[in-house]
Amino acid sequence: MIEELELETLINEVYEHYGFDFGNYSKASLKRRVDRLYQMDGFSHFHEFLHRIQTDEKYYKRMIEEITVNVTEMFRDPVFYSVLRNEIIPFLAPKPFIRIWHAGCSTGEEVFSMAILLKELGLLHKSLLYATDINASVLETAKKGIFPLRMMKQYSENYLASGGTEDFSSYYSANFNIVKFNPELSEKMVFSQHNLVSDTSFNEFDLILCRNVLIYFNNDLQSRAIKLFDDSLSVLGFLALGSKETIKYTQGDSKFVQLRKEKIWRKIQ
Amino acid sequence: MRIRCELVIFGGSAGSLQVLINILPQIKLPIPFAIVIVVHRKNSYDTVLEDLIALKTLIPMEYVEDKSKLQPGVLYIAPSDYHMLFEDKNNIALDGSEKVNYSRPSIDVSFESAAFVFREQLVGILLSGANADGTFGLQMIQEKGGITIVQKPETAEVSYMPQFAVLNANPDFIFNEEEIVTFLNSNI
Ligand SMILES: C[S@@+](CC[C@H](N)C(=O)[O-])C[C@H]1O[C@@H](n2cnc3c(N)ncnc32)[C@H](O)[C@@H]1O
Repeated sequence: MIEELELETLINEVYEHYGFDFGNYSKASLKRRVDRLYQMDGFSHFHEFLHRIQTDEKYYKRMIEEITVNVTEMFRDPVFYSVLRNEIIPFLAPKPFIRIWHAGCSTGEEVFSMAILLKELGLLHKSLLYATDINASVLETAKKGIFPLRMMKQYSENYLASGGTEDFSSYYSANFNIVKFNPELSEKMVFSQHNLVSDTSFNEFDLILCRNVLIYFNNDLQSRAIKLFDDSLSVLGFLALGSKETIKYTQGDSKFVQLRKEKIWRKIQ
Repeated sequence: MRIRCELVIFGGSAGSLQVLINILPQIKLPIPFAIVIVVHRKNSYDTVLEDLIALKTLIPMEYVEDKSKLQPGVLYIAPSDYHMLFEDKNNIALDGSEKVNYSRPSIDVSFESAAFVFREQLVGILLSGANADGTFGLQMIQEKGGITIVQKPETAEVSYMPQFAVLNANPDFIFNEEEIVTFLNSNI
């Protein structure tokens, strides 16, 4: 297992060699992820592990992919999606365009859920869904709109629990053990790499979802991200976080009011 | 003899809720350490477990969110569908990564994280359950100098989890409910 000092060394070396700064990620969670990779790949000495990362760029990429947590679901937390469906999206409906940013979209399940929601509310044609992540390989998966068939039962249950009324399976076609979501759902999606640690605002949005990403950051980095979202939201725009996340411990929280316990904030100034 | 302890962390699964409901109200207030409970719970959006435990004890309780502050005298329960970690002695961190021992929250994950942060100022207590979760965590607590307690398997509603720990983690104490209460009230 990696000691605290070794973790610091690793963070510094990665920053020096590749410019990626994990320094403000949550140490507790980062340590677990690094330990997991170290054990999975059978290292027995920290210096071997470090050397491999320094000298093998492919391995570095693997490290990034493995230590970021990509766990996601469609209609994750159904109550959240029912609030979006019944209270938030209807606010945006009168606008000529609806611009939404999914920051930390992982393999895309969240974006496809949103597209289904918008389609059912008759708004997808005038919406634009930006989906970003630092991890290039999850973005590739997201772009394809292809997901494992075995997950569909759970997703369909989530969908129904969130207030969906259609036949969920009408949104995809199944082929052996995978499903492909209908291309019309992804027509309004734009995928690109964006790093919440170092990149800046790139557009103005009516709704930003950044769910289950900030938990991997410390308070300083969370504050940076909240500032970035503030810069990227129109006045009265909405910010949605994961079910256990809060902006309470970050700077900049005074510009937002929380709407309800489903973790949606509205920018008020 | 009293040991200095900043955190008492309970782990449990099937059959552990009743034990907690019996033990918690008997701990003398004010409590000089923080209490964290990690029990296997079904993946749901509710706070039934928090509400139930709050009803049964006078210990102040805080609902856990990411980066919640950890304070002495306060009770915290790991939320469903997240692993609960310790960023440092004053801050909780949550993590949504893969299940461990088919569980999220996993007892091993929280015990291990607590062991690294609290070292000898930690008491880990493993209760009734039907899973091997918790044993590795107790080993980590012991390795870092903390104290490990396992519920006497004969007194557990489901003995598998404490039994597994007794066999594999060489706990410092094997206690029934009453002995756990006495220990918490007089030794730390
Ligand atoms: C657990 S997933 C969240 C997926 C989805 N939003 C959800 O709630 O189901 C976290 C994602 O955040 C991404 N991430 C981590 N650090 C990031 C950063 N610095 N910038 C952008 N994305 C990041 C990871 O690559 C991962 O795909």
